[in-house]
Amino acid sequence: MSAVIEENHHDDHHHGPAKGIMRWVYTTNHKDIGTLYLWLSFAMFLLGGAFALVIRAELFQPGLQIVEPEFFNQLITLHGLIMVFGAVMPAFVGLANWLVPMMIGAPDMALPRMNNYSFWILPFAFAMLSSTLFMEGGAPNFGWTFYAPLSTDFGPPSTTYFIFAVHLMGISSIMGSINIIVTILNLRAPGMTLMQMPLFVWTWLITAYLLIAVMPVLAGVVTMMLMDIHFGTAFFNAGGGGDPVLFQHIFWFFGHPEVYIMILPAFGVVSAIIPTFARKRLFGYSSMVYATASIAFLSFIVWAHHMFTVNMPLAGMLYFMYATMLIAIPTGVKVFNWVATMWQGSMTFETPMLFAIAFVVLFTIGGLSGLMLAIAPADFQYHDTYFVVAHFHYVLVPGSVFSIMAAVYYWLPKWTGNMYDETLGKTHFWLSFVGINILFFPQHFVGLAGMPRRIPDYALQFADYNMVSTVGAFLFGFSQIFFLFIVIKTIRGGKKATSRVWEGAHGLEWTIPSPAPYHTFTTPPKDLTEAHG
Amino acid sequence: MDRAKQSKWLVALSLLMSTSLVSADWSALNMRQGVTEISRQVYDLHMMVLWVCVVIGIIVFSIMIYSMLVHRKSLGAVPATFHHSTTVEIIWTVLPIVILIAMAIPATTTLSAMYDAGEADIDIEVRGLQWKWQYTYLNDDPAKEVKFISSLLTPKDEIYNRAPKREHYLLDVDNELVIPINKKIRFLITSSDVIHSWWMPDFAVKKDAIPGFIHESWAIVETPGTYRGKCAELCGKDHGFMPIVVRAVEQAEYDDWLVAKQQAAADVFAIVGKEWSHEELMVEGEKVYTQACAVCHQSNGQGLPPAFPTLVGGAITIGPMEGHIDIVVNGKAGTAMQAFGAQLNAAQLAAVITYERNAWGNDKGDSVQPKEIHAMLGGQ
Repeated sequence: MSAVIEENHHDDHHHGPAKGIMRWVYTTNHKDIGTLYLWLSFAMFLLGGAFALVIRAELFQPGLQIVEPEFFNQLITLHGLIMVFGAVMPAFVGLANWLVPMMIGAPDMALPRMNNYSFWILPFAFAMLSSTLFMEGGAPNFGWTFYAPLSTDFGPPSTTYFIFAVHLMGISSIMGSINIIVTILNLRAPGMTLMQMPLFVWTWLITAYLLIAVMPVLAGVVTMMLMDIHFGTAFFNAGGGGDPVLFQHIFWFFGHPEVYIMILPAFGVVSAIIPTFARKRLFGYSSMVYATASIAFLSFIVWAHHMFTVNMPLAGMLYFMYATMLIAIPTGVKVFNWVATMWQGSMTFETPMLFAIAFVVLFTIGGLSGLMLAIAPADFQYHDTYFVVAHFHYVLVPGSVFSIMAAVYYWLPKWTGNMYDETLGKTHFWLSFVGINILFFPQHFVGLAGMPRRIPDYALQFADYNMVSTVGAFLFGFSQIFFLFIVIKTIRGGKKATSRVWEGAHGLEWTIPSPAPYHTFTTPPKDLTEAHG
Repeated sequence: MDRAKQSKWLVALSLLMSTSLVSADWSALNMRQGVTEISRQVYDLHMMVLWVCVVIGIIVFSIMIYSMLVHRKSLGAVPATFHHSTTVEIIWTVLPIVILIAMAIPATTTLSAMYDAGEADIDIEVRGLQWKWQYTYLNDDPAKEVKFISSLLTPKDEIYNRAPKREHYLLDVDNELVIPINKKIRFLITSSDVIHSWWMPDFAVKKDAIPGFIHESWAIVETPGTYRGKCAELCGKDHGFMPIVVRAVEQAEYDDWLVAKQQAAADVFAIVGKEWSHEELMVEGEKVYTQACAVCHQSNGQGLPPAFPTLVGGAITIGPMEGHIDIVVNGKAGTAMQAFGAQLNAAQLAAVITYERNAWGNDKGDSVQPKEIHAMLGGQ
């Protein structure tokens, strides 16, 4: 990042960043903190990805070759936790830090010191979580959903560290969301109404409310676990008058909004990129806002569709099935709006556009398999199989992760002042696109044919597809090292970016120079015609 | 965009996918139709929703692809200026609602049928244990109750690639669940430790086995045959190694099987009553140990500390006999050590306890008789 600092320096009319490592420790600058979040996210993405590759290597062939079942269970647990809390969520918070103030014409986040705390909690949280791997009894081994009583009475001693790590992540997320909400509601440039905000700002506003609503629920459920483990309560132990299913209700009351927390900002990113490269305004802006709000509302009332097999009464099953099916409506509206935005545009296909289009296609596939999973009677056959694994990886990897990559390519010239190498970017896209589909598409089939998830070894009938899947995993995984190379290369140099960067780009962030000066919009922008394209 | 490069990648992708399709067994591609009325309804529902999704996908993606091919700057396309239409927004909100209702109706019908449990011909308690299943054929006369453990038969050598894997790798059990065809079988599903899930794809039955609760599910199997399933909920170390095998047979064959099982239970009763020599207990004990204990404590008794402690020179195994019997019979709360009192008969318990005290260099030299254990268990 040193190149950025030096280049930024002469643009800075007030005071520049401090020197050395302490710049990053003490920083209250939204751009610095955004950068920190993004690098942490990428490091966690590689760590969680390394776990995934060990998992896929073990599943390359039937039989146990590389890891023992106990360690396999630790890998799947840490893979899930690190990807959800360490890779995807911090990446979006990083994007919010960088972009929200620049998009609404604000000088910084509203609560800069709290911003610093929110970030710096996270490295400690993930250090604590990862350290469980080296503890006696091993890391948590009960899956990222940590169902009781496997995680309470039967959990390893390191479960307590896991609980405190989750608490830290929750505190960080809540502080981050408060900051984002306050920034958006109070620091918009004078004259900018809510319905003039870019969609990325809208989606983050709604996401931040979701976070504030459900992170305390997660904190509650892990605290109840802590009490069950150490203080003799029996919230989740039927032998003491508790109920293991209660755990699942609380967990998924957090967990379902959580999955939308990981996709709503992605909708915002894609809604910024597609109009730029189609050179045409986003179709149905207000319906996009309402659809996002509807999805957020629905996310609170559908949680038990993750629990169709726990023996709910028929009325409960029907309710959760119908409510879940409703999500298809606002989600469909979004997809149709993106397609309508492309329609009769004047498209070019730079790397961000390629990732955004792949997002729309592959997220739609994940959404359609989600609709299948909503059908409760059929879900008895899908539940806890690789069909579910394929479904949520389609929405999370070519969904959320592709949108993050699209965002990085799209805004990297603004952040660094340099254009990335288009050929390398497109190569990265195609390697990722092909890799991800080889990786996850066959998992639909093995799941339908009966392969349960979270198993280290499987029956012979699933051998072919698992082998294909593993090949795709390594292709996708190693392509991300290439991504790292492209980003570093761009930071170090490259063709100078204009302030507009993209011919069709609209939004306040494109009215400031590239790279963005250390302090921007110290006086609010007067001309808001740019605000949302 | 470089279209030539793009099509090259697509060709490579389709080649890769098609080679795997050729080599794969087609049955490994889709949900099983199964052998019950319900499972066929579920299959039809699945196919209906799948095709609806495929058609929607094809329509949406075709429009996108057409747009990407035609509305591109390199072809001189000029962007249109429209950005809103209330009419189309209403159309693509209402149309999905209609499609969803069309899906919800048959789904509701099937779900209601599944939940209509009612009186059954045979009630079987299905109990999940780390990592095996226990089946109990409930009977008003306790003497006629048949109860047995069903666990993985695949040897370690196959799992660790020291021996070739046979056809039903990981899908074979020592004791199959046997049921008659065309009878309503009710499964009463529960667990003794963590949550498991009893999944039989051919019956479209998947129900979580939750400690402290009994959940019911049912099936009327129409075709004789052997059906295989798996535990579907992560339940710890050997979650991947607790298969389910159900053999559906004609009523007459079922009756014979049941009588034989009931006779075997009576035989055990006789075995428990006789005086066993130390050597007999050791021989039987090793068998029981291999089947019930070695998965955690390992065949050399060394265990996998700290989760599964060693039995070699352990405080329990060379301590007082009472403590040893207590932990084997009642398990240890809060650990993976199960209560084997409900899983093994008195002779097996006596044999395995004797074996543990005298194997791998443990040399207590003492033994316990099956009838002593039987008396401690309350003489059931």
